[in-house]
Amino acid sequence: MSEMKSAHTPPLIFEHSKTGRRGYKLPALDVPEEALDAMIPAALRREEIANEVEVSEVDVIRHFTRLSKLNVSIDAGLYPLGSCTMKHNPRINEEIARTPGFAHSHPLQPDHQVQGNLELLWHLEQTLKEIFGMPRVSLQPVAGAHGELTGILMVHKALAKSGNPRKYILIPDSAHGTNPASAAFAGYEIRELKSNSRGTVELSTLEAAVTEDVAALMITVPNTLGVFESEIRSIADILHAKGAYLYCDGANLNAFVGIARPGDMGVDCIHSNLHKTFSTPHGGGGPGAGPVGVSERLVPYLPAPTVERREDGSFYLDYSHPDSIGRMRAFNGNFNVLVRALTYMRSMGPDGLRRIAQLAVLNANYIRARLKSSYHLPYDAPSLHEVVFSDKNQTAKDVHTLDIAKRLMDYGFHPPTIYFPLIVSGALMIEPTESEPKEELDAFCEAMIAIARECDERPELVRTAPHSTPVRRLDEARAARQPVLRWNPAI
Amino acid sequence: MTLPDPLTSHHRYIPNASQDVREMLDVVGVDSIDRLFDTIPDAVKLNRLLEVPGPWSEIETRRWFRGLAAKNRTAVDHASFLGGGAYAHYQPACIDQLLLRAEFLTAYTPYQPEVSQGTLQSIFEYQTHQCLLTGLDVANASLYDGSTALCEAVLLAERMHKNKTKVLIAKSVHPHYRETVRTYIQNLGIEVVEVGWSDDGRVDLDALRAAAEGAFAVAVQSPNFLGVVEDYDAIRAASEGTTRIAVVAEATSLGILTPPGAHGFDICVGEGQAWGIPTQFGGPFVGFMVVRDALKRHMPGRLVGETVDVDGRRAYVLTLATREQHIRRGKATSNICTNEALIALAANMYLSLLGKEGLREVALQSMQKANYLRTKLSEVRGVELPFSGPVYNEFVIRTPFPASEILADLEHEKILGGIPLAGFFEGRANDFLAAVTELHTREQLDHYVAALSAAISRERR
Repeated sequence: MSEMKSAHTPPLIFEHSKTGRRGYKLPALDVPEEALDAMIPAALRREEIANEVEVSEVDVIRHFTRLSKLNVSIDAGLYPLGSCTMKHNPRINEEIARTPGFAHSHPLQPDHQVQGNLELLWHLEQTLKEIFGMPRVSLQPVAGAHGELTGILMVHKALAKSGNPRKYILIPDSAHGTNPASAAFAGYEIRELKSNSRGTVELSTLEAAVTEDVAALMITVPNTLGVFESEIRSIADILHAKGAYLYCDGANLNAFVGIARPGDMGVDCIHSNLHKTFSTPHGGGGPGAGPVGVSERLVPYLPAPTVERREDGSFYLDYSHPDSIGRMRAFNGNFNVLVRALTYMRSMGPDGLRRIAQLAVLNANYIRARLKSSYHLPYDAPSLHEVVFSDKNQTAKDVHTLDIAKRLMDYGFHPPTIYFPLIVSGALMIEPTESEPKEELDAFCEAMIAIARECDERPELVRTAPHSTPVRRLDEARAARQPVLRWNPAI
Repeated sequence: MTLPDPLTSHHRYIPNASQDVREMLDVVGVDSIDRLFDTIPDAVKLNRLLEVPGPWSEIETRRWFRGLAAKNRTAVDHASFLGGGAYAHYQPACIDQLLLRAEFLTAYTPYQPEVSQGTLQSIFEYQTHQCLLTGLDVANASLYDGSTALCEAVLLAERMHKNKTKVLIAKSVHPHYRETVRTYIQNLGIEVVEVGWSDDGRVDLDALRAAAEGAFAVAVQSPNFLGVVEDYDAIRAASEGTTRIAVVAEATSLGILTPPGAHGFDICVGEGQAWGIPTQFGGPFVGFMVVRDALKRHMPGRLVGETVDVDGRRAYVLTLATREQHIRRGKATSNICTNEALIALAANMYLSLLGKEGLREVALQSMQKANYLRTKLSEVRGVELPFSGPVYNEFVIRTPFPASEILADLEHEKILGGIPLAGFFEGRANDFLAAVTELHTREQLDHYVAALSAAISRERR
């Protein structure tokens, strides 16, 4: 990474601007030109977009190429962000998504013109139904959190329909932050559920918490420690006995795809982040897709429209769902993310989908085995696809998780997720995924072991890391205290 | 059923195979991969393979998916005049090439700024473009799309007016956006009141004034779903005391139309797809939100800010994160986490390449060509243009016959002629919406006029 280092960070695209430069060319206007005033009154027009840029195509290509070099990426190596499932993004998926017949189809075309798209969506739903073990799946949600909101809105509507939407959603203290945020947006109050010494849900705690006011439990399986909730069926039974629902955050589906199915666990609703388990690229923060699978009880409340197949083999968008929660987004969800995900599912096939979980779990356990003598393992319950260490062994030398994370960059690796889950003080959450070859895992483990040694022998080196990145240790407090959120032209 | 042995199987996306697996199992200290799944109870284990097709080679994958794509009839082999919130503008070739750079495509959300400056700086630039285009102060890193951006705007506005529960939304806001808002707010005690339009297709100002009392916000779209450009000043005057939300569903219109920020609007949200993003059956697109400075700490979503590093170099970082779900959890300003970063990057590239002059020229050409088509159509017997208000690049066409029949006739001429309004509004069976961009040629516009004229004559017979 040392070649990245420089004395100056690149100029903004606005700082490249020079009067007269052009980065585009349009054909000459081929219709008679009408006076602007005849088309639209001056009061509704602008004279110019003040301070917008003037740059050439060369300027733009150089600028963005240089910017790109400041990022690390999964294509460059292990990116072990726990909970984020940074896996290989096959390029055939990109090629298929760019097929002109998909890329230039319009969302408001009538069904008969987009039979190929509808058939594709129908097949994706069939495949996700089989993976989830559930009767229906909505493809409309465009991100995990969007799926959560969809799911909890369905729970609310189902309960309201039977007389009482109830007041509370139970959420374990190890949950992703999106869970409580989504539940609040769906109109619920949150009750936090304390996890037990294994980091999982304690049945007696749950039993006491599930009152007549509780609408659902939102649970991540396996949880954010990578630990599977072995008593998941009993958890479902406790909720169902009280008329409540079990929502599964499927962010960690990569740990058990093809091995076990949420529908068989008693789950009523699950979202899957297709940008995690099904390899669609993260793109620096999206786009994603968050399809939601539901049990029979929630089918009537799915977002409309759904994709249906007629007996003659043709497909259509079906709006006739009187109890639907409604539409979660304009048009048909993130269609071209869904295309990529189905491409991936077909490339993997039945054994490949299962092998994802097998090798993701093996890789994580290999890291766990190699690092447990160097880093403290706060929960020693067997874990699946990720492993969570803490900085407890290093704090004596006043070296903390953040320092270890920054030092990893000097070894050429993206850091793990840090300080999450919140139930672990100084958490280092490592998820290698199945994409990593053993050599890469070994190199990562050796870097982590070397850093542990540095924490003992040269703690200052770690505390001041990184040393080789384009910029180092940003003043985040200043960014928040005196926010500068856009470029301002020189006055 | 015997399951495949993970020791002997292999897959091209999963490097570790038999030798690696054996060595790793030794280090882990178990004798099989299955043992690693012992914490999953047998009762919930699948114990069979999933019944799904595959595994396919790239050759088979291509064949099947291309076969599906070939079943679509699209703008690829037809002249398309479809808009309604998804517009075909030209995306310069270098954009997609740059988007495929692995460092952009395969990076995660920029949590670690030292190794994510490329993404962070790009978002900062994107935020700046949004501010310049809308005339407002602070933009976020992106939202899912225009419809959910409007939902977030309504919820933001509601937070600013604790004692009010009514929001006014013009009936001429995109119907899908209005539906999505109703879904989002269904349990939050918010009342949506829709305000109709006048004969010119603009918001009915009298109805707006009458309904504004007690409302916390008013949301209008310009150009609206009927294609008509609204008068922001008049709307502002008719909605005292509310937070004004402008929706822009055709983002290239900002190249020529006056920005909402210059007319006292507090929030501008919209859909950035028109900035050269393919229509791709509706997604992924990119929602944007730009607000007055006073609202910035109430914004949903990610914000990138400028700061310095320990060596004093200018650098960029995610900031004001205490608004967000990973810190604030149930009290966050939004539940959004994954957004549309890569599409926002494409938009940043588009806006930079086109720049000050190009954005204006795309807007002017789209408007000139739409005007040409509209003028020609007004001379066709049987064609009526029901709304007299000014338009940008999209407008409603009415004939004496059902739109579905007319559009079917046009389809025979390899024209995707418009979007019927019947599915969205009562009593508009004969109306449809047509959009024009810089991609249309005069020949296509003339063909459209001739084909529509012929379709009307045919229906008369």
